[in-house]
Amino acid sequence: MSIHLKLPALAAACTGLFGLALALALFYAPEDADQGLSQRIFYIHVPLALTAYASFGWGAWKALRYLRTRDERADLESYVAIHQGVIFGALTLLTGSIWARISWGVWWSWGEDELVLFLVLFLFYCAYFMLRYSVDPGPARANMSAVYALFGVVLIPVSFLAIRLSKQFIHPVVFKLAGPQMAGSQFLTFCVCLAAMLMLFATLYAIELAGKRLDRSLRELKELLT
Amino acid sequence: MTQSEKYTAAAYLVLFLGVLVYMVIIGSKLQRLQRQVEQLVELVKEKRTDG
Repeated sequence: MSIHLKLPALAAACTGLFGLALALALFYAPEDADQGLSQRIFYIHVPLALTAYASFGWGAWKALRYLRTRDERADLESYVAIHQGVIFGALTLLTGSIWARISWGVWWSWGEDELVLFLVLFLFYCAYFMLRYSVDPGPARANMSAVYALFGVVLIPVSFLAIRLSKQFIHPVVFKLAGPQMAGSQFLTFCVCLAAMLMLFATLYAIELAGKRLDRSLRELKELLT
Repeated sequence: MTQSEKYTAAAYLVLFLGVLVYMVIIGSKLQRLQRQVEQLVELVKEKRTDG
């Protein structure tokens, strides 16, 4: 299937799934006895964070593919995935900060390993763009970007597991080895929200990638004509 | 509106605005690409007229 057929279908599926996810999160999921209405932030905050991890992971996978094959398309795909990861990461930090304010009474807590490590991961990938645009386009830039993207992926499991290694437990642990610590309806809502967020990533990734490829093709065409 | 409702609405609004801003940026980039295509079409037309 060509990209022209894929994108509208993906966007339509994303819109439908996101509508369902919002409906479940706001109207179907039961209100938390402890946190009340603000617990519903969980249904966007955690999927955003997991999608940011997935984006960085996808970017690292594409970086590895570039290093193995030297295919320029893999370099571009890695860049776009990391760009998406930074956007989802910024939204994670913003929604988390709002949730922290209502739940803990503070916008940010430097004592929380989970938060600080996520911020480190986010800033690490923000610096990716500074590195990338400090070098002229070409194989050298692609190599440096790919190696940097691969280094960053090490921070993902550290950030993910930080909450379990942390001695302070202000940040709640919902997913344990024994299973999710929530009602079935809440877990179903969470799964739909996560699927919708991943679908949003896939859609935005496809749109941005199509735009970047078109831009590259137009530049090549312009060079050929002038 | 309670404090809890305000903060929950703010969190969902942040997500909505994030996607909206992204769409505006992508839209402006698409307009730039459209202008480039139009310039290339003009260039091809000029070349054909000269040739």
